[in-house]
Amino acid sequence: MKSKKRLEKFTIGVIGFVIAIIFFFPIFWMFLTSFKTEVGAFSIPPEFLFKPVLTAYQAVFARGDVQKYFINTIISSFGSTLIALIVAIPASYSLAFLKPKGRNFTLLWIISTKMMPPVGVLIPIYIVYTNLGLIDNIWGLTAIYVMMNLPIMVWLLFDTFSNIPLEILEAAKIDGASTYKLITNVLLPISKSGIWSASLLSVILAWNEGFWCVNLTNVNAATLGVFISSFKAGEGLYWAKMSAISTLAVIPVIILGWIVQTQIVRGLTFGALKE
Amino acid sequence: MPSNNNAAERKSFQRKSVKSTSYLFLLPTIAYLFIWMVIPLSMTIYYSFQKYNILLPYIHGFNGVTNYYQVFISSDFQASVINTLILVGVSLLFTIVLGILIALIYSTDFWGKNFARTLFITPFFAMPIVNGLLWKNMILNPTYGLSAWFERMIGISPISWLGSFPLLSIIIIVVWEWLPFSVLIFLTALQSVPETIIEAARIDGAGKLSEFFYIILPNIFQTIYVVLMLETMFFISIFAEIFVTTSGGPGLASTNLPYYIYLQGFFAWNVGKASAAAVITVIIANIIVLFFANFLSKKLKFGGE
Repeated sequence: MKSKKRLEKFTIGVIGFVIAIIFFFPIFWMFLTSFKTEVGAFSIPPEFLFKPVLTAYQAVFARGDVQKYFINTIISSFGSTLIALIVAIPASYSLAFLKPKGRNFTLLWIISTKMMPPVGVLIPIYIVYTNLGLIDNIWGLTAIYVMMNLPIMVWLLFDTFSNIPLEILEAAKIDGASTYKLITNVLLPISKSGIWSASLLSVILAWNEGFWCVNLTNVNAATLGVFISSFKAGEGLYWAKMSAISTLAVIPVIILGWIVQTQIVRGLTFGALKE
Repeated sequence: MPSNNNAAERKSFQRKSVKSTSYLFLLPTIAYLFIWMVIPLSMTIYYSFQKYNILLPYIHGFNGVTNYYQVFISSDFQASVINTLILVGVSLLFTIVLGILIALIYSTDFWGKNFARTLFITPFFAMPIVNGLLWKNMILNPTYGLSAWFERMIGISPISWLGSFPLLSIIIIVVWEWLPFSVLIFLTALQSVPETIIEAARIDGAGKLSEFFYIILPNIFQTIYVVLMLETMFFISIFAEIFVTTSGGPGLASTNLPYYIYLQGFFAWNVGKASAAAVITVIIANIIVLFFANFLSKKLKFGGE
């Protein structure tokens, strides 16, 4: 009986690892390709064992504009997250503690904006941006990412704040703290972990975004995604280079994702899923 | 909810705070979403009733429902509606069914479980643009790709996946990207299935299959709807994976609604027609999402109270 159970566990473990390897393999293959020469990247049969070289990485950085795409990606993802936080904190505070009239309706409305496919507002935003000179402007793109992440941010912070015992805030109030002090000195420190996971989710979503950036930017405000998508035209002439820049672009987020996997997914369900 | 958050305390807190503060604090969020979503969406609706082509600046004015009529009778539009439904439907089916099965595997205790799960979820965190290009070139390329090498090895002539089966190829990429998402959600749901019930069923001699169908499945039913609703929202808007791989082709074989609107807007420059298609897309998305949300509405509670 016992050995039968152990065999069963072993079989499930093997299946679990086979699935994991199949799913991980494409990313791993890209990682390997980034250390090949352009000729090696094309070789048939594929090279699994080879002498790793850094020529692809050197070629990518020799272009001189890659730094710009990195900076644009960092500005738009971290900038939009910071702005969304500043706008969302008072709103979530109000929804969780001050209980304004029509609170449930407001919450529903905020979250329902996520039900609209982005393509529903693409054309007007493109036209308005053209008129305002915001096309290919990094702050124009950042503003879009704020719109994209604000509803999730409000919802997640509301969820976090709602679980904070009221006595703590009450006590600070009695001690005569202003609302501003109450939020910065009491509320934010105790909701640190919730704020962190909401912010990480926001950064990841903006970093990986692949719709607005290709439609609203091309040169000056291009993000890593826009730059990498330019490899689609070359019909795969530069696989090693493409792999090198892609590896650099995905590694930070993959590592973040590995660390905070469950919180990220919980965030994407808008807290609808409780553990 | 923690017990100390009772209604009386909430009220006393509320009384002391200024009522207007609550609105003032909400104002920036509401104003932002209003400016960036409500106004543009209204403009889309407005444009959808206008004659408006950027290449023909002299012709404009009210167009009635002509844009909608032209969109509806266009075979391109019909094809992209069907492609969208296939893409969303098949991807949902695979991410849900395989998602539950894989979640069952990763909820079993085995050596290195967390490590295996961590490797498994990697595709979800890589950017879709990279994922699309990686599949298009290094994996599915009919000459130099890994799939071609594998197909030659097993003795068949290499298949041009993106050329011959474009929509299927995109579904494969999407499922590969999104299975980790549904697996992680189902894993959380499986943890909440009461261990005592499973134990009781085992003592009663229930087999693995009946355990799954009579205990596990009913307990995660609500989660299935959550996944259906969320993934529908994400799958309807798929763009990057198509943009970098097939560009909607060959012909329109892999053009979905977002890509169709992109083509109408930025290649035909027909703002009126693109807007009409955008309005229809928003309506379709809302119908499907509300359909799933309807099942949930009774069970999905607000975090607050």
